Amino acid sequence: MNTPTPYSFASLATGIHAWLRQAISNDTLLQVTEMVITGVCLLVFLVLLCFFLGYMERKVAAFMEIRLGPNRVGPKGSLQIVADTLKLLFKEGLTPNGADKFLFNLAPGIMVVTSMMAVAPIAFAKNFQIWDINIGVLYVSAISSMAVIGILMAGWSSNNKYSLIGAMRSGAQIVSYELSIGLSLITIVILSGSLQLSEIVESQANGWWIFKGHIPVIIAFVIFIIASTAEINRAPFDLTEAEQELTGGFHTEYAGMKFAMFLLSEYINLFIVSAIAATIFLGGWMPFHIGSLPAFNHVMDYIPSFMWFFGKTFFIVFIIMWFRWTFPRLRIDQLLNLEWKYLLPISMVNILIVTAMAIFGWHF
Amino acid sequence: MLLAPDHITEEGEFIINMGPQHPATHGVLHLKIWLDGETIKKIEPQLGYIHRSIEKMCESLSYRQFIYVTSRMDYLSAHMNNQACALAVEKGLQIEATPRAQAIRVLLGELTRLSSHLLWWASTGLDLGGITPFFYAFRERETINTILEETCGTRLTQNFIVPGGVMYDIHPDFQKKVKDLIKQFRANYHEYDEILTGNVIFQNRLKGVGYISKEDAISYGCTGPTARASGISCDIRKLAPYDGYDKLKFDEVILSGGDCWARYQVRMAEIIQSLNILEQLIDNIPEGDFLAKTKNVVKLNKGDIYQRVETARGELGVYIVSDGAATPYRCKFRSPNFSNLSAIPHIAKGAKIGDLMAIMATVDLVIPDIDR
Amino acid sequence: MNAEELKHKVTELCPRATYDETGEFLTTLIAAPDLLPVMQQLAKDNELHFDFLFCLTCIDWKDHFMMVYHLRSTDLNHCLVVKAKITDTTNPEIESVNDIWRTAEFHEDEVYDMFGVKFLNHPNLRRLFLEADWNGFPLRKNYTDENMIKL
Repeated sequence: MNTPTPYSFASLATGIHAWLRQAISNDTLLQVTEMVITGVCLLVFLVLLCFFLGYMERKVAAFMEIRLGPNRVGPKGSLQIVADTLKLLFKEGLTPNGADKFLFNLAPGIMVVTSMMAVAPIAFAKNFQIWDINIGVLYVSAISSMAVIGILMAGWSSNNKYSLIGAMRSGAQIVSYELSIGLSLITIVILSGSLQLSEIVESQANGWWIFKGHIPVIIAFVIFIIASTAEINRAPFDLTEAEQELTGGFHTEYAGMKFAMFLLSEYINLFIVSAIAATIFLGGWMPFHIGSLPAFNHVMDYIPSFMWFFGKTFFIVFIIMWFRWTFPRLRIDQLLNLEWKYLLPISMVNILIVTAMAIFGWHF
Repeated sequence: MLLAPDHITEEGEFIINMGPQHPATHGVLHLKIWLDGETIKKIEPQLGYIHRSIEKMCESLSYRQFIYVTSRMDYLSAHMNNQACALAVEKGLQIEATPRAQAIRVLLGELTRLSSHLLWWASTGLDLGGITPFFYAFRERETINTILEETCGTRLTQNFIVPGGVMYDIHPDFQKKVKDLIKQFRANYHEYDEILTGNVIFQNRLKGVGYISKEDAISYGCTGPTARASGISCDIRKLAPYDGYDKLKFDEVILSGGDCWARYQVRMAEIIQSLNILEQLIDNIPEGDFLAKTKNVVKLNKGDIYQRVETARGELGVYIVSDGAATPYRCKFRSPNFSNLSAIPHIAKGAKIGDLMAIMATVDLVIPDIDR
Repeated sequence: MNAEELKHKVTELCPRATYDETGEFLTTLIAAPDLLPVMQQLAKDNELHFDFLFCLTCIDWKDHFMMVYHLRSTDLNHCLVVKAKITDTTNPEIESVNDIWRTAEFHEDEVYDMFGVKFLNHPNLRRLFLEADWNGFPLRKNYTDENMIKL
């Protein structure tokens, strides 16, 4: 912590703030302007991120499936996803006749907005956070569970029987897996003693929780990865879409940009759960340190903090993509069995152990 | 609007129409399903979307022509369909194909069976939500199709058989390429086990799902791997050998599980058996003519002919009734998929929607063969 | 069981049956009203035990319909073809065998669809392939359709 981190975004943000203060005297106006700038930056960042994740997913899939993946549009096919977005933009945004038009058009919006809201408290780099709220963990888990409203709305308003079944499945699934996610996050909250994401990151300055917390934290980490894959409806837990069973589930009737918004929210959600896992268990932007090797630690410190954050996040993204392209889908009762009979009891016992660990100071 | 009478019954059962356009039905199968939550209460297949009345067409085609219409029934076993028809005509003429032609027929038939089973394996993975297996299976299937294309000129519907033999001799590279294929297949086979067979989720999706007892399977007229997984010995290659299958050494794979997992294992073991047959025959293709001499206009004597052949999906029966003319008076195809489909409403009763995919995948329906 | 023994056994069940041994399988012709009891005996009898109906079809001989049942015993491994003649061509009717072999349900639906033979006591007799309001029965020899092309 003593060494100054290069490429800090903090000075940039302070600079912009000082410059704006000179230009705008009114405090409220200043705040609004800053919010708008942050929002626009965030939107651009998220769209670019989704382009990248889309490209990454195709390349990972191709790698798993012994083929090349996109390789025609742009260098190494990197503009394929842009071409796809353009195609989706020009497609007709169809609304079925029997659908509830208001809810049908509202649902994709809700999905995207809830996903984007959850980005707010994430610490992208050292001193670089949009909103350092003191109940960050609680906020993220509260917001992310709101996605189910969008899915239920889409499924119900489509007036399609497959969509309805998909939406009902999603209800059961997200409500169940929310528990495991919460419980596995609580293990770290207990250990670090804070709900604030920046403080949780700070608490890992002398080692990431996955190393400090022994086996219970590793168990919590695995449970978090499984449950969050289920929470964001990705294979092998994509029962709400289940193309081969429900022909696309809740988004069967969506086309064009409205469909793209579901895709957008899926990728943002994927990024968020990976970012949260990286922040909570793998130390966020904290570099990798080994206690008795100061030279090694100094080298690690010179890797910019945002690189650490994105490196860890994309590592977890890769793992979740790996699941998707190698596992078949579970059945709905197997899915619920997995949660209620295995993950939940394990998490509960795990919390007891972690609490004992925290009280007696058994962790490093 | 969802609660209109056509969508929900008085008992609160939800009615959904799976198909005719549905990703998992592999064609235009339409199943009307009564659901209670996710549990299937009743299934009623609605057929006919790809009914071309092949049986009626055959009545106006000559005995040489009608063989090739049947390629479009079970298009994945096109070669075996042609073989059944040609054998039926040969039986009527009381001739036999030359030994070389028989060997070529068996070789091409087993290659077709391999490619069909590979497609089944690929689509089973796909139906259960795993997309990756598809590409692994198509790697080997592509090799097979290239071999078939070189010799027959086509990749899927070969149309290579004529009464009395085959149309042309095999391609000079045929033997070498088949040997390479066997080598490639045996080397890659472990990947199939690693990516799908050994997967815990996959096994849990299949084990204990879609059980059909031996008695029921017999009663519903199941044949092929579907029946053999329930412990019924019904391989026509053993029961009523044709084209020299009696001289070959291979095992009839019979399991007693009766569930999707047993059906899966039977087909996986059959892939190995097909490889064994290829291996035995590829170096022992007899020399000689590939076509026996027959009259230009084929006329059969009055009477009935029934010829059975084991396709990749079960027993295909060709029933020809002749009145002495140059065209069949009546031609009936007893297709394996039609009978296997009739068992599906029974198998799937009480299963979940996700199980139905596993059941349809492992019974391996080809829809044009049902409708004909 | 070979053809002679089969013949002997079937004659015991149905004395009026006639036989034809030209084909691969032994063929027996019985009268339509006898069909159901004979079939039940064929399936139940321990020495015959025809548990597998592998083909069920119909032939239109213009002056009569001929139902053809191909039977096999899975454990005793012998086959038998049972034919039943329906003389009434305007309103053909025959007993359904679907409670002996359940596969018959679909096969009989198909025969009804293509030949118009009505099966008595069939649980769900319907047009299997064609639309419910289709006119005529395509596999009958006298079927005509304005769009039909002679191949």
